[in-house]
Amino acid sequence: MAIESLKYVAPDTGVKTETKTFPRPGQHASGLVDWLTTIDHKKIGYMYGLSALFFLLVGGLEALLIRSQLWSHNMEVLTNRQYNQMFTMHGTTMVFLVIMPLSAAFFNFIMPLQIGARDVAFPRMNTLSLWCFIAGGITLNLSWFFTGGSPAIGWFGYAPLTDTRFAEVIGDMGPDFWVFSLQILGIASLLASFNFITTIINMRAPGMTMMRMPVFTWMTLIVSFLIILAFPAITVALAELMFDRTYGTNFFDFLEGGKPHLWQHLFWIFGHPEVYILILPAMGIVSEIIPVFSRKPLFGYGLIIFSGAIIGFMGFAVWSHHMFTTGMGVVATSAFSILTMLIAIPTGIKIFNWIGTMWGGRIRFDTPMLFALGFITMFMIGGFTGIMHSSVPIDAQHQDTYFVVAHFHYVLIGGALFGLFAGFYFWLPKMSGKLMNEKLGKLVFTLMFIGFNLTFFPMHYLGMIGQPRRTHSYNEGHGFETWNQIATIGSFILGVGIAIGVYQFLSSFFNKKLKAAGKNPWDARTLEWSLSSPVKEYNFSRTPIIKSRDQTWENNYGPRDKHSQKEPLDDHGIHMPDRSWCPLITAVGLFVMVLGMLFHQSIGPAGELVRNYTVAIGGGAVFVLGIILWSMEGPGGYHLFPKESEE
Amino acid sequence: MSEAAALEHHEPVTSTGIPNKKVLMWAFLGSDCMFFGTLISTHLIYRKISATVGSNFLDIRDIFDIELTSFSTFILLASSLFMALAVSAIHKGNLNSTRWMLFGTIVFGVIFLACQVYEFTHFVNMEGNELTLSTYRGEPHVFGSTFYVLTGTHGTHVAIGVFWLLGWLVYSFTGKMSTADALDIECCGLYWHFVDIVWIIIFPVVYLMEYAF
Repeated sequence: MAIESLKYVAPDTGVKTETKTFPRPGQHASGLVDWLTTIDHKKIGYMYGLSALFFLLVGGLEALLIRSQLWSHNMEVLTNRQYNQMFTMHGTTMVFLVIMPLSAAFFNFIMPLQIGARDVAFPRMNTLSLWCFIAGGITLNLSWFFTGGSPAIGWFGYAPLTDTRFAEVIGDMGPDFWVFSLQILGIASLLASFNFITTIINMRAPGMTMMRMPVFTWMTLIVSFLIILAFPAITVALAELMFDRTYGTNFFDFLEGGKPHLWQHLFWIFGHPEVYILILPAMGIVSEIIPVFSRKPLFGYGLIIFSGAIIGFMGFAVWSHHMFTTGMGVVATSAFSILTMLIAIPTGIKIFNWIGTMWGGRIRFDTPMLFALGFITMFMIGGFTGIMHSSVPIDAQHQDTYFVVAHFHYVLIGGALFGLFAGFYFWLPKMSGKLMNEKLGKLVFTLMFIGFNLTFFPMHYLGMIGQPRRTHSYNEGHGFETWNQIATIGSFILGVGIAIGVYQFLSSFFNKKLKAAGKNPWDARTLEWSLSSPVKEYNFSRTPIIKSRDQTWENNYGPRDKHSQKEPLDDHGIHMPDRSWCPLITAVGLFVMVLGMLFHQSIGPAGELVRNYTVAIGGGAVFVLGIILWSMEGPGGYHLFPKESEE
Repeated sequence: MSEAAALEHHEPVTSTGIPNKKVLMWAFLGSDCMFFGTLISTHLIYRKISATVGSNFLDIRDIFDIELTSFSTFILLASSLFMALAVSAIHKGNLNSTRWMLFGTIVFGVIFLACQVYEFTHFVNMEGNELTLSTYRGEPHVFGSTFYVLTGTHGTHVAIGVFWLLGWLVYSFTGKMSTADALDIECCGLYWHFVDIVWIIIFPVVYLMEYAF
């Protein structure tokens, strides 16, 4: 069967494209309507990135409040409960509303360009993912304004903390908001992942075989598979928790026969693959950046990809190392301990391959490269402490101390966030068309690197001498003060660095003084750098025919027979799909349905429980209506006839 | 699907030759496997641990009506045959047959759902052996939680399938249905067969096993 062509086989214009059952905003939609109805993967990428950067600042402020509370012994910046709420919201926000959507922003923007596609496979579904993500973010943060305030149960929501009987505030709604927002965010991630998998498997340009795909695209594929296989576990766990809290079932209720232990298993069988969902995109980004700035091809391309796949596979077999101290028994504990040690091997392979790429290269220390190097070094520290924790006795010693906090922040900030910032400095010129100020970028890196290490390195020591995590305050006389103060100072430096970075990213779209980037400012290798910056809405004027792995590099420097070719122009031009209101309508319906579920209970005049599902059913009806309109609106679309030079 | 057929349906030609919608459906079904896997595991983990809560011993055989469930299992399996015939008919362009086969699938799906509704109400109201979401004989118990949520989730999947098929049945009367819709109906069929297969796992694991061990 043909691997011939990927572009839309041009329909007979005027026949099926005009049969519109429901009007779709067309080619000339502009302003707000354009942004609300867009199905362009690049604009969706912008919106993912923008909202995630906003939540990064929110989650960062929460972190700074936590650090202020820990400045010295017995501080009262926050009350006990507020402190618990802060670390819950900080964790949930950073995992689900910052790192995952930032990765999704890059998946959306970069991946289709890297494989030579017009868009993702299901553009409207892609928009629905975006709006579901935003609805989830709003739902989670709405919790601040209702009974009990935001959840105070930790980002892991361990039973029985979530049991209604043990709520600190009567009628506490925080955990309900947490449950429902994570459900919507799960839908967003699942839909996006189905979309990316189909796109990568099915929409590669001719000649773009799997083993010619850029590593970032490979990591997108692996992460998408991790998401679709890991999220169902948390979906079920959250549904069971919702039934426990709303309808009185006994899944996690130990007083009535349930086992809180089961929650931990269900949470971590999702939670551990989630760790790789957070880190693999950053590894993909770094694998793109290091060869470009070392002026060498990627060393061990195949090994990097297969070790990524093995990490993804084994990620499903190590979840119980989060539960060594729960008493699972010797056999289970040993098995998970060994598997956890084994998973260090593919991770190590990647690091050696990156070092191998740099070895003997002519390294340029531009900002993206600095962040990529920061990623490798900092992630390695997090990785080493991770291997320490695979040993059960050491894990038991470190359990619930600041050592663990240090460990996973080295993985998630030093790893994931540094990788994502590297991606911003690398790809923003492609997105905005402007080069960013290198000096400012290096300042951001310096501030972040110093602030990050000042904050989290002392925590190793604090954990070793016994400071417990998730604890509101500590008493005098433990010797915790000095290092906590250093950590707090560091956290503010890190915060300033991140704030300047976010400002720099945003200003690169508006600052008129910045220099134009041109097609390929870094002299990079992959397909997206053969397009103009910013990328035109149709991406490729003609679908490229791929001849090698580093296609743009080969086009510039390689022998003639390695140069990419273009598919012949056809008379129909490029078929562009129309915009659509339906994803937004569907997501709003879902949002209203969730609000209806959250507020459906009330106490009647006689003190009895009254359930009123009107709003939930109304929201559900809008949700279904959105889907029906979606299936009925015609294909629509218009045709563009770009010249070669306008690519 | 041949390239000529692809052109005819205005579908983009794909790298693998498999239509995008089918890849999407398979990815979704893979994800749904983990979904039901988690629910079934929950049920199995609790099955023995929680047979007794306090002095409240539950022998589920006192409650189950295995004849009824066997009947509804047979009905659901038979519906898969209708579904397969509907897909085959639309590929051949036989509208009338497609319509009848869709109708048959829907009827059998509804019979299955009716059996489940009857079963649930029967269990909840069973004199002396009431099994509710949270209690057995009025005392706290876990079996009802895992049983109702697992089988209820499966029932919800069947109900969604019924509504989806109903949509196609209505559409078949608009006069717009053609072989161009074969792919979409085939995806619907994949979903329906999957939901059936899940029941083939649930029936022995949740029902039959209670009589064996």
